[in-house]
Amino acid sequence: MEFMKPGAFKDNARAALADQDLRSAMTMLSTGMIPNRQGAVDRLPEFEKLSQRGRELKDHVLAHLDFYLERFERNCKAAGGHVHWCATAEDARREVLEICRSVDAKTVTKGKSMIAEEIHLNEFLEQHHIEPIETDLGEYIIQLAEEPPSHIIGPAIHKTKDQVSDLFLKHHAKLGRTERQTEPQKLVNEAREILRQKYFDADVGITGANYLIAETGSSIIVTNEGNGDLTQTLPKIHIVVTSLEKVVPTLEDATTFLRILARSATGQEFSAYTTISTGPRQDGDMDGPEEYHVILLDNGRSAMLGSEVQDMLRCIRCGACMNHCPVYQSVGGHTYGTVYVGPMGAVLSPALLGVAETKHLPCASTLCGRCEEVCPVSIPLPRLLRQWRQRAFEAGDVPSLERWGLSVWAFFAKRPWLYGLGARLAMRGLAYLGRDRGRMRKLWFAGGWTDGRDLPAPEGQTFQERWRKQQRERAAS
Amino acid sequence: MANDKSKTPINVGLFATCLVDLFRPTVGFAAARLIEAAGCAVHVPEQTCCGQPAYNSGDSRHARQIARQVIESFEIYDYVVVPSGSCGGMIAVHYPDLFADDPDWNRRARALAAKTFELTTFLADVMKIDAAEAISAAHDGTATYHDACAGLRELGVRDQPRELLAGVKDLALVEMDDTEACCGFGGTFCVKYGEISTDIVSRKTAEVVKTGADLLLAGDLGCLLNIAGRLKREGSSVQVRHVAEVLAGMTGEVPPIGEIGSERGGENNGKKDGN
Repeated sequence: MEFMKPGAFKDNARAALADQDLRSAMTMLSTGMIPNRQGAVDRLPEFEKLSQRGRELKDHVLAHLDFYLERFERNCKAAGGHVHWCATAEDARREVLEICRSVDAKTVTKGKSMIAEEIHLNEFLEQHHIEPIETDLGEYIIQLAEEPPSHIIGPAIHKTKDQVSDLFLKHHAKLGRTERQTEPQKLVNEAREILRQKYFDADVGITGANYLIAETGSSIIVTNEGNGDLTQTLPKIHIVVTSLEKVVPTLEDATTFLRILARSATGQEFSAYTTISTGPRQDGDMDGPEEYHVILLDNGRSAMLGSEVQDMLRCIRCGACMNHCPVYQSVGGHTYGTVYVGPMGAVLSPALLGVAETKHLPCASTLCGRCEEVCPVSIPLPRLLRQWRQRAFEAGDVPSLERWGLSVWAFFAKRPWLYGLGARLAMRGLAYLGRDRGRMRKLWFAGGWTDGRDLPAPEGQTFQERWRKQQRERAAS
Repeated sequence: MANDKSKTPINVGLFATCLVDLFRPTVGFAAARLIEAAGCAVHVPEQTCCGQPAYNSGDSRHARQIARQVIESFEIYDYVVVPSGSCGGMIAVHYPDLFADDPDWNRRARALAAKTFELTTFLADVMKIDAAEAISAAHDGTATYHDACAGLRELGVRDQPRELLAGVKDLALVEMDDTEACCGFGGTFCVKYGEISTDIVSRKTAEVVKTGADLLLAGDLGCLLNIAGRLKREGSSVQVRHVAEVLAGMTGEVPPIGEIGSERGGENNGKKDGN
């Protein structure tokens, strides 16, 4: 479906700021996610050390990515799995479709996967008459609402409970559920009961992967609902859609990340389910798929290696940066118009989609640095946002008014005498305008400021003017 | 650390910042008074801006030109002191980055960065002044302190202003919730994305008001203009000042930010306005 575009960021933001349901849903961040994360971090004395270790591990893997990916492929194949290298989103979609067609699949169940979102897999499958069924509760909600996720770990975080009640009633009434449920547990149960049979009916189960283990050829997913396990063990085929940078050397290395992931994300010590898959069902296994496929997506990532934004490839998709971002808290994820949102999205999206298409995203940040502070793998997000701003500026992707304004400002800033003269005149003027109340309610050339705030008036004379005068008086006396 | 004034004084270059220069000269004088009280000589060389507007807009060419100008004007001093964590961070953290490919300027930028300090960290960490002794300031009221982002995260400004404020007679300090959350100023962000900025600052003013404090303090004029502007628009009576004004005992010399000095002399006590 057509949804918001990153180019319309400002319009999207305006709509978001006026959306009372969104505003009430987003308070969840400050009352839940933020204090929960802090509590979990405080309870683990070695969090900092693990975080440092995680960062080093990721940097090591990125420096030897080819080695670990080939090792993963070898071991995955040895366990009976298949690995599909896909340079682009289109390649990945085609591979998934081919696998689905090999068993004439009518429905596929899906665990939560941001890579599936990145390649817009659901729309593609629907176009080819295969019904995708989201089994993660949040993903299920937004699938009913026909919306993209607004958060990388809480896809329906923008929805209030009331909105979910309405949505379930609207879509489940035809399935005989005509009572509007309002208690969270009852809503969960209703979704669970409706989804139950779908797991058995599905021909293919698609999940993402939090980690790929090079030494064993395994993939790991973490969930809180157990939906991933049913998605990947019940159907004939399990497809893992994932990307290059998810590989880690060993199982033990994965545990380093698992210990910081849930704590950073939701403030849990550990996700409720951590599931490791190695190849298809083996002789003697009680359950499991007959085929196990890994779709290994590049889609612009290998081009980030060795670039100024390589650090972004360390990201473990915990979402802490967006939870703590003042801009995200105000406007929510849909405003970004991209699959990845918040600070990590504003850094990753220009790499995946191009700078021109996404130029608002790196600019729409106060650079407050809280994202970097809470990032468990120390990605210098503000620095990377500035990198994109610099590239956009150098490529001429900056409005001419802004460029002109900067040039005029720089012209004066490089000429202190002229600057001082201009400053003295301007401040006298502003002080005059604000003389009655010490502030201005409206200034035609500063609407961006005065629409929501008064502008405090300057004292009148500049500091340097007064200082020099004082120095002269001191010298004279 | 009291200095022996008979020896060569410690020469401090005061980088007032463009916002202080333009909007709030009193903060510059307050900073100078505090630095002198710590036993240093204050110098104010000709200056404009640290270059941050260009740097954060991706215009590194102009940012470098302005940075060179600052380096040339200030490298002769023993220390550079800045009454702003944001501009202080620009010099102390980002200048060396700007000259990553220019060994000569990089060396000079790093040398300047190493001796550049935000005002309260200079007083508390470098000069190690005893606040109660060196600053005989008094202010009758209850204040809350906003942690401005760049100072907090780039320069580690957190305890220093609070320690110094503890030495101000009659002043009570109450902490607001989420004091480390951004106020939404963000330099040019506040006009480019004015509506989002307004929404962010509204969360901040709600926290300020919730504390019941009659005075909001911070160490960065950008944040202060933003928060004061929003508080006034909301009709709040909470007063707003730079932390240096209170520390230097200069609240009697200038009305709070965004207010008028009609009752000058009667309003040096941080009481509600409109009295």
